[in-house]
Amino acid sequence: MTRLPILKMVLAVIVLSVIQSVIMLQFDWFGDAASVEAGPIDTLLEVTIILSSFVFAIVCVALGYALYKWRAKPGDESDGLPIHGNTRLEIIWTVIPVILVLGLGGYSWAVLEDIEKEDENALTINTYAQQFAWTFGYPENGNKWSEGEFHVPVGRQVHFELQAQDVIHSFWVPEWRIKMDAVPGLATDVIVTPEKEGTYQLICTELCGFGHTTMRAKVVVESQEEFDAWIKEQTQEVPEDLLLTKDQYLEKQKQLEEQSGGIEGSGVQEE
Amino acid sequence: MAAAIRQPGWYRGAIGLVLGAAFGFGLVVALRAISGLDVFQTEQTGYPHIVVPLITAPFGFLFGFGAFDYWFRWAAGKPTIPEDHSGHGAYSWKDYFKFNTDHKVIGTQYVVTTMIFFLIGGLLALLIRAELAQPGAQIVAANTYNGLFSTHAVVMIFLFIIPIFAGLANYVLPLMIGAPDMAFPRLNALSFWLLPIAGIIFLASFLAPGGAFDAGWTGYAPLSTGAPLGQSFFNIGVQFAGASSIATALNFLVTIITMRAPGMNLWRMPLLVWANLSTSLLVVGATPFVAGAQFMVFFDRILGMNFFNFLEGGDVISYQHIFWFYSHPAVYIMMLPGFGIVSEIISTHARKPVFGYRLMALALIGIVVLSYSVWAHHMFVAGMFDWLRVPIMITTLLIAVPTGIKVFSWLGTLFYGKIHTYSTAMLFSLAFIITFTVGGISGVMLGMIPIDIHVSDTYFVVAHIHFVLFGGSVFTIFAGIYHWFPKMTGRMYDERLGRVHFWGTVIGTWLTFIPMHWVGMDGMPRRVADYASQYGDWNLMISISAFLLGATQLVFLYNMIVSWRFGPKAGNNPWRANTIEWQVSSPPPVFNFDEIPRVVGGPYEYGTPGARHAIMGGEGEGAEIPETKPSTVTAPS
Ligand code: HEM
Ligand SMILES: [Cu+2]
Ligand SMILES: [Cu+2]
Repeated sequence: MTRLPILKMVLAVIVLSVIQSVIMLQFDWFGDAASVEAGPIDTLLEVTIILSSFVFAIVCVALGYALYKWRAKPGDESDGLPIHGNTRLEIIWTVIPVILVLGLGGYSWAVLEDIEKEDENALTINTYAQQFAWTFGYPENGNKWSEGEFHVPVGRQVHFELQAQDVIHSFWVPEWRIKMDAVPGLATDVIVTPEKEGTYQLICTELCGFGHTTMRAKVVVESQEEFDAWIKEQTQEVPEDLLLTKDQYLEKQKQLEEQSGGIEGSGVQEE
Repeated sequence: MAAAIRQPGWYRGAIGLVLGAAFGFGLVVALRAISGLDVFQTEQTGYPHIVVPLITAPFGFLFGFGAFDYWFRWAAGKPTIPEDHSGHGAYSWKDYFKFNTDHKVIGTQYVVTTMIFFLIGGLLALLIRAELAQPGAQIVAANTYNGLFSTHAVVMIFLFIIPIFAGLANYVLPLMIGAPDMAFPRLNALSFWLLPIAGIIFLASFLAPGGAFDAGWTGYAPLSTGAPLGQSFFNIGVQFAGASSIATALNFLVTIITMRAPGMNLWRMPLLVWANLSTSLLVVGATPFVAGAQFMVFFDRILGMNFFNFLEGGDVISYQHIFWFYSHPAVYIMMLPGFGIVSEIISTHARKPVFGYRLMALALIGIVVLSYSVWAHHMFVAGMFDWLRVPIMITTLLIAVPTGIKVFSWLGTLFYGKIHTYSTAMLFSLAFIITFTVGGISGVMLGMIPIDIHVSDTYFVVAHIHFVLFGGSVFTIFAGIYHWFPKMTGRMYDERLGRVHFWGTVIGTWLTFIPMHWVGMDGMPRRVADYASQYGDWNLMISISAFLLGATQLVFLYNMIVSWRFGPKAGNNPWRANTIEWQVSSPPPVFNFDEIPRVVGGPYEYGTPGARHAIMGGEGEGAEIPETKPSTVTAPS
C-alpha cells in the first residue's frame, strides 16, 4: 500500500484555500457598511469565509487526488483495498470540527453581545409597519410623524420600536446589517448606530402580501443639525390610534369589530 | 357495467368521489341549518361549502377505489376476498393504475408520479425566473407571483423530494433486507394514493377565487389566516401528503425492524437501510407538527378560532415554533435518504467498503437527535425569546459535525479504491459531495446569529436551500434513479445521454445558485417579484442558467422513457454490487425471493476474496458456508 503524499496534499489545501480566500475577500460581499454594528459582523463574516475556504479546499483536494490517483482503467475488474476505517482518523474528523464550530459559536456569541449593547442615550423611533407601508413616530420630538421616510442623526444609537398593525413585516437596512421582524401583538426592537451619512433603503423582508416587493422606505442619515431642521419641518403627529398601549389597542380593535360585526380575515361573521 | 361498478376500481372511485363531495356539502348545509345559520351563505375566506367537500371527496374516492375494502370486510367479520396477492405484480401498464399492493409496483408508481410533479414544479420555477430575468414587472402580477413561488416550493418539497425518496426506498429497501414485501402492503398502497390527491388539491388552488395559496411554503400566520380560499387548499393538501409520509415511515420502521433476513444484524444493514430508518424516525416524530400547524390555521380560517389571532389573545409566533419543529427535521427528511443512496453508489463504484461504516450509521442517528433541537434557527430574527437564540445556535453548528463526518467518510471510501466513473450514478454522487459541501458551509454561516441577522430572508437563504436541495437531494435522487434503473426496468439507460444530463445539471446548478449568494448578501430580499436595477445583470445570468438547467432535464426524461422501452437488456448485477437486490433477476420476481436469503457478512466487503454479504436461496444447499469476517487492513495515516 502506497503511503499518501500528506505533505503535498496539505500544501495543496493551503494554496487552494489562500487563493479562494483572497478571491473571496476581494469582493465586498455585504456591500457598503454604514453602522457601528456592521464592523464586527463583517469581520466575523471574513473569518468565516477564510475557514470555509479551508474546509472546501480540503474536500476539493481529497476528491481531486482520489480521482487522479485511483481511477480504474476501463475493464479493470479488481477491487480496491478492503479498508474498513481508521479509528484515529475518524476521531480526528469528529473532534476537530466540534472544536471549530464551537469556536465559531463562541465568536458569534461575543459579536452578538457586542452589537446588542444598549446605549442610554439612544434615540427612540417608533416604527409602524402595515400592509404595505412604513411610518415613523418620534416620541422625543413631540411625537412627530413621518410616512415612508425617516431621518436619523449620525453617530447616535437608535432604538427602533417595531409595531406591526396587521401581519408580520421585517425591518432591514442592508448597510446597517440589522434585521428584526415586526410581529402583531408583540413588541420587538432594533438597535443600531448609524455611522455614515447618506440615503439608504429600508426593506421589508418578511412576505406580507401582494405589495411586499414594494414595501420600502427611504432612510436618511444626516448631521444632528440637519436632523433637527428636518424634524422641525414635520407637521404631522402620530395618529392617536398608534399611540395606544397594547391593552388599549386590543380594546379598541374589539370595539371596532363589534361595530363592523366581523373579524377581518377570519371569515366568520356574526349574522 | 353493473359488475364494473361493484368492483373496486376507477368507476367505483368516481362514484365515490361524487358521493363523498355530496356528503361533505350536505354536512355543511345540515350543520348550518341546525345552528341556525344561513344555509348557503358563502363567507369571504371560510367557504365551508368548498373546503369540507375537499376533505370528504378524496375519502369517497379512496373507498370507491378499493383502498379500504379489505379492512372493512375484516372489521365487519365478513370473509375477506383473497385479493391479497392478485394485487401483486404488474403484468400490463394497467396494473400501475390499480390499488396495487406490491412494493415494487408502488415504488414505480411513486417515482413516476413524483417525476411528473418535478416537471410541474420546474415549470413554475421557470415562470418565476422569467419574471425575475429583468427588473420591473413583466409577465405576472405581484399577487400571482406570490402564488407561483409558494406552489413551486410546496410541489417540490411535498410532492417530489420527500415522496420520491419514499418511492425509491419502497422499491429497493425490501429487496436489500431480503424481505418479500413491506410489512403492511395495503397501507403502503394507501400511502401512495394519498399523494396524487394531495397534488391535485395543491394545484387546484390555482382555480380558487383569489388564486393559489400565496403565503409561501411556510404559510406564516397571520398572513395565512387572513388569506383567500387557496390557503385552505394548502392546509388540506398538507394533511394528505403528511398522512402519506407518516404511514410510509411507520411501514419502513416495522419492515426494517422485523423483516430483515436471518443473519442481517444492525451492523450488517446497508447504509441506505440505516438512512431510511433515521428518516422514518424523523417523519413519525415531526410530521404531526406540520399537520397540527395547518389544522390550527385552518380552524382559525373557517371556524373563527383564535390560535394565531393576536386580537383575541392568540400567539403569532407560536405558529413558527410549531411549523419549524417539523420543518427543520423535514430538511433532513429530504437529505438523509440521499446520504444512504450515495453511500451505496460510492462504495460499489469505488470497489471498497464504506469507510467508517459504524460511524456513518451513528452520524445518521446523531443527525436525527440533533434535528429536533435546532428548529428555532429559522427564527433568529422572528422576535422570539432572546435566551433561546444562543443555545439553538450551538446545536445548529454542532449538526454540521455528523454531516461533516459523512462527507469525510465518502472521501475516505474513495482512497485506495478502484474508482469507476462510467456510470452517471457515480458522477452524480461525486458531484453531490462537492456541491453539498457548499450548502453545508452556507448552512453554518446561517447558523451564526450575527450573520443570519443580516442575510435571513434574503437570496442568500435561497442559495443555501438550493445548494442543499438541488445540489444535495436532487443530485442524489438522480444518482439513485440511474443506479437502480436497470434493476427496476430490466434495461440499461444510455450513459452518453446520462453524461449530457450530468454536465448540464451540474453546471446549471452552480451557475444558477452561486450568484444568489452574492445578490442576497448585497441586499436583495427573497420572495420579491421585482428588485433594484443594480441586481439586473446577475439576475439575468441566473435566469439564463435556470433555463439551461431546465432544458437539460428534458434529456433525462428522454433517456429514461426511451431506455425503459428500448434500452438493451441489463443483467442482474450490472454494477457488480454486493447488496441483496442485485442478486435477484432484473426486474425481480413478484415475491422477490424463492427462498429468503441468509446474510453472512457486511454489505460492502469489496476487496476481500470470497467474502459474501448474503447467500441466496437454493445456493450452497447443505454445504457449510462460513460467516465472512471483514478483513482487517487499516489505512496508513
Ligand atoms: C450543515 C447543515 C445545515 C445547517 C447548519 C443549516 C442551517 C440553516 C439555517 C440557520 C437556516 C435559516 C436561515 C434563515 O431563514 O435565516 C436554514 C434554512 C434552510 N435550510 Fe439549512 N442548514 C443545513 C443543512 C440543510 C440541509 C441538508 C437542507 C435540506 C436538504 C437544508 C434546507 C434548508 C431550507 C429549505 C431552508 C429554508 C427554509 C425557508 O425559510 O424557507 N439545510 N438552514
Ligand atoms: Cu413585506
Ligand atoms: Cu433548519
